[in-house]
Amino acid sequence: MSLSKIWVFVEPSESGVSTTSLELITAASGFASTVEAFSYGVGSEVGQILGEHGASKVVVANGLNGVLAGTAIASIMAKRISAEAPDAIFFGSTAEGRDAAARLSAKLDLPVLTNVVNLSLEGGVLLSENAVFGGSEVVSARFKSSGPGLYVIRAKSFAPEARGGSAASVEEVAVGDIGSAGKAKIVQSHVEARSGPKLDEAPVVVSGGRGLGQQDSYQMIEELARLLNGAPGASRAIVDAGWVPYAYQVGQTGKTVKPTVYIACGISGATQHMVGMKGAKNIIAINKDADAPIFTIADLGIVGDVHKVLPKLIEAIKSRS
Amino acid sequence: MNIAVCVKQIPDQSVPGKLDPGTHNLVRDGKLILDDSDSYGVEMALQLVDRAGGGEVTLISMAPNGEVSGIRTALAMGADRAVLVSDPSLAGSDALTTAKVLAAAIRRNPFDLVMAATESTDGYTGTVPVQVAELLDIPSVTFAKKVEIENGILKVQRQTESGYDEVECPLPALVSVTAGVVEPRYPSFKGIMAAKSKPVDVLDVAALGTGPLTTSQEIVSVRAAEERASGTVVVDEGDAFQQVVEFLEAIKVI
Ligand SMILES: Cc1cc2nc3c(=O)[nH]c(=O)nc-3n(C[C@H](O)[C@H](O)[C@H](O)COP(=O)(O)OP(=O)(O)OC[C@H]3O[C@@H](n4cnc5c(N)ncnc54)[C@H](O)[C@@H]3O)c2cc1C
Ligand SMILES: Cc1cc2nc3c(=O)[nH]c(=O)nc-3n(C[C@H](O)[C@H](O)[C@H](O)COP(=O)(O)OP(=O)(O)OC[C@H]3O[C@@H](n4cnc5c(N)ncnc54)[C@H](O)[C@@H]3O)c2cc1C
Repeated sequence: MSLSKIWVFVEPSESGVSTTSLELITAASGFASTVEAFSYGVGSEVGQILGEHGASKVVVANGLNGVLAGTAIASIMAKRISAEAPDAIFFGSTAEGRDAAARLSAKLDLPVLTNVVNLSLEGGVLLSENAVFGGSEVVSARFKSSGPGLYVIRAKSFAPEARGGSAASVEEVAVGDIGSAGKAKIVQSHVEARSGPKLDEAPVVVSGGRGLGQQDSYQMIEELARLLNGAPGASRAIVDAGWVPYAYQVGQTGKTVKPTVYIACGISGATQHMVGMKGAKNIIAINKDADAPIFTIADLGIVGDVHKVLPKLIEAIKSRS
Repeated sequence: MNIAVCVKQIPDQSVPGKLDPGTHNLVRDGKLILDDSDSYGVEMALQLVDRAGGGEVTLISMAPNGEVSGIRTALAMGADRAVLVSDPSLAGSDALTTAKVLAAAIRRNPFDLVMAATESTDGYTGTVPVQVAELLDIPSVTFAKKVEIENGILKVQRQTESGYDEVECPLPALVSVTAGVVEPRYPSFKGIMAAKSKPVDVLDVAALGTGPLTTSQEIVSVRAAEERASGTVVVDEGDAFQQVVEFLEAIKVI
């Protein structure tokens, strides 16, 4: 028995909607006969791709006027929820997704299940699999209460699939006054440019960590990534240190990557880092400490100094082309 | 400037977490420590109160068995006082229940700002702070990497997928910080001694007056995740780069 309706929070990206959003729409359409998207900052052309992935309608919030998107979407969903009665609501495990789920949860007294990595329908009830303890254990959980459960789902838990449905209808709604939550406003956005393929889509990811010793050494990571047509990534340690922007972060609070090969340089392999990259097909690690946890998941581990191994590796690859 | 800082006390993370096979609640035996993620909020609050020229930093925590060891660490850093909610009925609380408890504890004292970490180290739902904000009916800014207050306006640099946003909002408000926001101080010996006599209010749920609290999800099973096996490990003798090249060739990346 399938569910009747699932709502999905769809986030924008430069190319329309985010890949994670399409993953969630695809997953939802496997569980419910009706899938409706809620979005912002997108044009009506996204109806096409959302429809192909299984949504019949997209509600687009207009006039955010600087209001944080998660807050605005939660308010729009809250107003319609009792009349439209979705069985479940899916959010991506992003800053906006978590904001929206948390606001809605407290507004309507609905529980949340977070860090969801898989879902199944058993006896008409959604059962979620949640990665806990940095992904070392998986718990299966479900809601005991009535009312829609809120699921915050990690990126790349489902494969996006265009099944060729017709375009989703587009309904535009004004955000309007959303009370005190709406008083936090974006006054300016800063884009920190990065070049090359997108981190979460690149077939090769070369990441650097604190073991690089200093910010300048990150150039080696960028150069190797460029030579391999890959994307440079980072551990949280060097994002927090201000060496590279947050957009480079791989892990629990950053990007989830599943490249053909992930090359970790001077990264210890904390659980919060590994949860974001252990889905890579191949893992190479370079670390001077033979006991570094990263070696427990590496297909090829080099116990060595990044300052010695990387320059030679870069030269060797350069000399081939 | 009065700031309430949510501080979670958690099991030592150098010992891997465990769920009780019967109740599926987190096993919390042994001493709890201050979640490292919250030391950033404590430090930020101390600096903001300092810059404002006065006020108090009140710690807010929910933890079992009247646990205060983590709170003492934050008091030793310089926080003024603490409110601890401890009640056997709260064992296995979900994020929303936790938020209801924290919001009720925060409301007991006047506050201009509520501070929390973006996510905790052990449960990391990352939803508690914004749930608290909604329950208190105040604006919230998550993922803060820089926090300032000017003329009663909170100014935050908020991490985004592509860079950062400058976000402003009037007080009272809630802000959840990342580990990049500030460098936490180590408690001094003087601080540690002073912490011993700072006030800690310990309350149970009845004293909080939240009304009935229920947790509405259940864990039905727990299993170990698939492990990735480790492969070859070689010690670099000056030519290990060659092995990387061969590996990349074998998987046709080069
Ligand atoms: C709630 C929470 C969320 C988190 N989210 C994330 C996340 O999304 N992503 C993330 O990455 N982390 C995350 N972390 C942080 C994580 O726990 C680690 O602190 C972080 O990943 C460590 O980064 P690192 O490996 O670069 O640094 P370290 O752990 O300091 O490791 C540096 C490594 O470099 C090696 N090294 C030193 N010098 C050299 C050299 N010359 N050559 C070769 N190797 C060398 C050392 O042996 C060491 O293993 C999170 C933590 C928490 C609590
Ligand atoms: C492995 C695991 C998975 C879980 N999954 C879920 C889930 O999917 N859904 C769910 O509803 N619950 C879940 N829980 C329960 C949840 O972790 C607890 O309810 C917890 O008390 C609060 O959530 P958090 O630690 O995830 O908070 P987060 O939202 O990650 O915490 C952010 C910040 O809020 C503040 N804060 C949080 N808790 C406290 C506290 N007790 N005292 C003071 N400040 C605090 C701190 O500043 C903290 O850094 C899970 C617990 C575990 C151990």
